[in-house]
Amino acid sequence: MSWTRKHLLDIESLTADEITTVLDTARAFKAVGERAIKKVPALRGKTVVNLFIEPSTRTRISFELAEQRLSADIINFSTEASSFKKGETLKDTALNLQALNADFIVIRHSASGAPHFLSRVLDAHVINAGDGAHEHPTQALLDTFTIREKKGKIAGLNVTILGDILYSRVARSDIWALTKLGANVTLCGPSTLVPKTFEQMGCRVTYDMDEAIRDADIINLLRIQHERQRKTMFPSIGEYAQLFGLNKARLAKTKPDALIMHPGPINRGVEIDSELADSDRSVILEQVTNGLAVRMAVLFLVNGGKVPHDAAGN
Amino acid sequence: MPEATVILDAIAIQRALTRIAHEIAERSEAGADVVLVGIPTGGDHLAARLAKILAGIWNHPVPVGVLDVNMHRDDLDRRAAPQIHPTVIPFDVTGKTVVLVDDVLFSGRTTRAAMDALNDFGRPKKIQLAVLVDRGHRELPIKADFVGKNVPTSPGEKISLRLVESGAAQDEALLKKK
Repeated sequence: MSWTRKHLLDIESLTADEITTVLDTARAFKAVGERAIKKVPALRGKTVVNLFIEPSTRTRISFELAEQRLSADIINFSTEASSFKKGETLKDTALNLQALNADFIVIRHSASGAPHFLSRVLDAHVINAGDGAHEHPTQALLDTFTIREKKGKIAGLNVTILGDILYSRVARSDIWALTKLGANVTLCGPSTLVPKTFEQMGCRVTYDMDEAIRDADIINLLRIQHERQRKTMFPSIGEYAQLFGLNKARLAKTKPDALIMHPGPINRGVEIDSELADSDRSVILEQVTNGLAVRMAVLFLVNGGKVPHDAAGN
Repeated sequence: MPEATVILDAIAIQRALTRIAHEIAERSEAGADVVLVGIPTGGDHLAARLAKILAGIWNHPVPVGVLDVNMHRDDLDRRAAPQIHPTVIPFDVTGKTVVLVDDVLFSGRTTRAAMDALNDFGRPKKIQLAVLVDRGHRELPIKADFVGKNVPTSPGEKISLRLVESGAAQDEALLKKK
């Protein structure tokens, strides 16, 4: 058990021990979600601002529900209805929210490093809900939680991440978390979206889909992020589906217990066949359930840690 | 190294638990509606032991649960985040006499958190409290129904319970000076 951090900004700076602490804590919070009364008073009286300066549905809803289940008060702040449209800077917006005595800021931003910046200028706890193409730490935590729950371990497993790696903050956070916990990570996709430089993060890069998934215990599919690509990185969606889409024929040549994961939203017929997304090999919806537990755990953990003293026990 | 005194040895712990079990049985003759809920770490093992003794007295198995109270603590933003243990209550507490079992009773705040946490699982008919050691210094109006041993302490001291279930060579309760 080790957690003394005030913020959750990225996975890169976490130790394997800290990641494991989040996963262990999340297990207890998952059990809370299965009770008749799904709410605990851990953040009673605390105010959380969900500052989503980039559209998001599932992550925002997941955080919001996590906050509600911890009894926090919530302010939702999104691009459409905000003063960003009127030209206010991120710092001014954040300082205004702090002036309202916000205790936590959950931020999603299109600029990498925005959460780190906020953590330097604010007193509030800052949680990164995705910053540009940099990191999406809670997604990586829920992915590793799901893998550990399903496979009983992470060390030694072969995890293949497929698709748009270059623009994916999920891929980066997943790679950090999985390699820290001892998994063997393989990346695969069109060469324009999977640069060889990713090998520096401690993973293998290949452009042959069948080879990439043959020995995989986990096949993690990523969505093509049209919104983040400045120009077309591959000829057509049809060609992408043909070369890198997961279908029945391809899955038949993998390990029989290999699991399919996807952070959502899924593009049926592009990165995954519709039928497979609904099959018993897919844990896509369980990832959503686990995401809630992991986000409760993160909020719970960063809330403490101010004064590490020996209050435990008696 | 802080100086440590043994306040209960293995035999004394077993004797205290046997006496507590008989006191619980005395209060609820048939024991049909009594369930035990232990608070980790320590209370969960003690609850399991009490259940075994009570089963021998009543001639029927006694349900045992584990209740983690950390999500209901009142000091969460004043300390490092506590380690959370799984809560397992495999029975309905509504209408039951729930005996909360903890190793050491000190400020009473853990007990208050436990009563709140228990409410999320139903409405017990009664909640009673059994502790192995009552060390005084209450900060809330809480009193144990069953006490293994009253130990006068000063607030800076620490009591630690070592049980074989959690890997100790033998059971003992230690009082450490700071």
